Amino acid sequence: MDPLQFLTTATVAIVAGKGGVGKTTVTAVLARAAIRRGLRVLVIELDGKPTLGRLLPGVEVQQLSATAALAEYLDAHGLSRVTKRLASRGIIDVVATASPGIDDIVVLGKVKQLERSGLYDLLVIDGPAAGHAITFLLAARSLLASVRSGPIHTQASDVADMLADPARCQVVLVSLPETTPVNEAIETAYALEERVGVHLGPVVVNGVDHGPELPSDAADPGSPMRLAADFRNARRLLHRTECDRLAEQLALPQLHLATVAGSRLDADGIERLADAWNLEASP
Amino acid sequence: MTTDDRSLVAHLVGADVLVCCGSGGVGKTTVAAALGLQAAQLGRRAVVVTIDPAKRLADALGVPGGLSNEPVQLQVPGDGELWALMLDTATTFDGLVRANAADPDQAERILANGFYRNVAGSLSGTQEYMAAERLHALHLDPRFDLVIVDTPPTRNALDFLDAPGTIARFIDHPLFKLLMMPTRRGLKVLNVAAQPVLRTIGKVVGGDVLADAVAFFQAFAGMETGFRQRADDVMELLHSDVSKFVLVASPRADTIEEACYFAGRLAEGDLEVAAVVVNRCTPTFGEPPPRRPRGAAAPLYDNLIELRTAAATERQQAAALLEATGVPADVHTSWVPMLSEDVHTLDALEAIRVRLFD
Repeated sequence: MDPLQFLTTATVAIVAGKGGVGKTTVTAVLARAAIRRGLRVLVIELDGKPTLGRLLPGVEVQQLSATAALAEYLDAHGLSRVTKRLASRGIIDVVATASPGIDDIVVLGKVKQLERSGLYDLLVIDGPAAGHAITFLLAARSLLASVRSGPIHTQASDVADMLADPARCQVVLVSLPETTPVNEAIETAYALEERVGVHLGPVVVNGVDHGPELPSDAADPGSPMRLAADFRNARRLLHRTECDRLAEQLALPQLHLATVAGSRLDADGIERLADAWNLEASP
Repeated sequence: MTTDDRSLVAHLVGADVLVCCGSGGVGKTTVAAALGLQAAQLGRRAVVVTIDPAKRLADALGVPGGLSNEPVQLQVPGDGELWALMLDTATTFDGLVRANAADPDQAERILANGFYRNVAGSLSGTQEYMAAERLHALHLDPRFDLVIVDTPPTRNALDFLDAPGTIARFIDHPLFKLLMMPTRRGLKVLNVAAQPVLRTIGKVVGGDVLADAVAFFQAFAGMETGFRQRADDVMELLHSDVSKFVLVASPRADTIEEACYFAGRLAEGDLEVAAVVVNRCTPTFGEPPPRRPRGAAAPLYDNLIELRTAAATERQQAAALLEATGVPADVHTSWVPMLSEDVHTLDALEAIRVRLFD
């Protein structure tokens, strides 16, 4: 089966995972792999530092900021005079605090607009960190319960429809092949399925060191070669064990990204990682 | 072990507050705990404040039931003591409200308010502010002479320093002042309802939600001075000579850039970076044999060379980044190699401590 098939099953792919697991890398590789398949791709960065433009030269990348989106929304709903009279950042703080999730809904509302525009086959969203991903995606449900009518209710209802429809939206979880990140991925997956009701795509495990077990006893005990082999074997065993545990506890397909040497990933690195996936995908 | 006055050990002996900052996933909590172990060995009575709800760290520290919002003492070697607690933002905020309220009635009115629960639970910066607040309280607690704080995993570590200011600004908000303006009749609620501004906001966010916000600001009346004073005290402590900052990064460029950015901002504010810790480095294992062996040992040679090359490249790139982006040259940098296992036992934590200090 083609492991990248999921790229064509829903228009919106939200990439989610804890800080430091490599969400941005995975977003870039997914986007690159989708473009290779001829899809029209838009990449969306939320409130982050703009890094995806550098990783994906020639690809359309759009920044969505919760604060800016909420300001725009309030302006459009008759608060423009108010935002001028009061410090605009301040009033946004108050509105966002009075109604938690309203900023998330406004952002997701924009995503929905782009999805409905018909201009793209795939929107890849570099999502918020895992803990926040749940509140981010729960915003629609929470607001539907607390705001019974008005424009925010309509918006939340449209967003909830999009999130619940596996043909329109899926979440791609990112993890590392280590104990704590795997535990967190499992918890996040259950929370997203049960509480948000969003469809989960494959889990991407980032930085996996695949490779055979090295015959460490071919070197003298205590020698550099022996110590290095023992270390590598232990890491590979840990990676294998954790990927297996993830597979046992989450019935989702896994995609692996290899460890990349060096401290900074660049556009070429993204191309190489996407190559590896396309290779796996070819018969 | 070096003992010049800029080394990490000197700071563990001399400082009252150590703040660990860095991006998510670099092992900040582990480093904070390892610093605590070392401090206890140096005879200090240290308390580690962690934000990370990872129960495994609690296990590693020998706390079977996990950590709570109150400090618990841990069984560790050394003449000193090590305590740990896990910050509960909402409980800490509630305590602050009770401490500043004019009477229990005012406190209860605020604590029961829906808008307040949102402020305590989700206003951005609240968690950071409560961490700073807790740090201040522990600093004054006679049981401890060193407070080590593991800052919340924010995208931008600077939020921690800005947080007390953010909350003060929120309390000073024009909307708050608007609500508090005395009216001719002295009936604030009528005044509020008459505000066209609020009617418009109410249409967007819903009337009930707005009513809660109005009630919160009204209940809060009189407390803002105490809160602002408290925020000022916290800022003063963070800016004083007894507080030092430890920047934690991994060899990944983005985490180092984050640390460097933070270092630059600290320097602007005349705050001192005590040390940089680059955690999770590729380990090295000594010199390879002069020639690649034949047979079964050949892949072992290749593996050793591969790790050496990776470690050298990583180290060189990370050092260049640190130098190029604003960490003062005389700041001590510790390079901590990755262990072959995850850190969730006291032994593994001890191994990190040894690599950090020996």
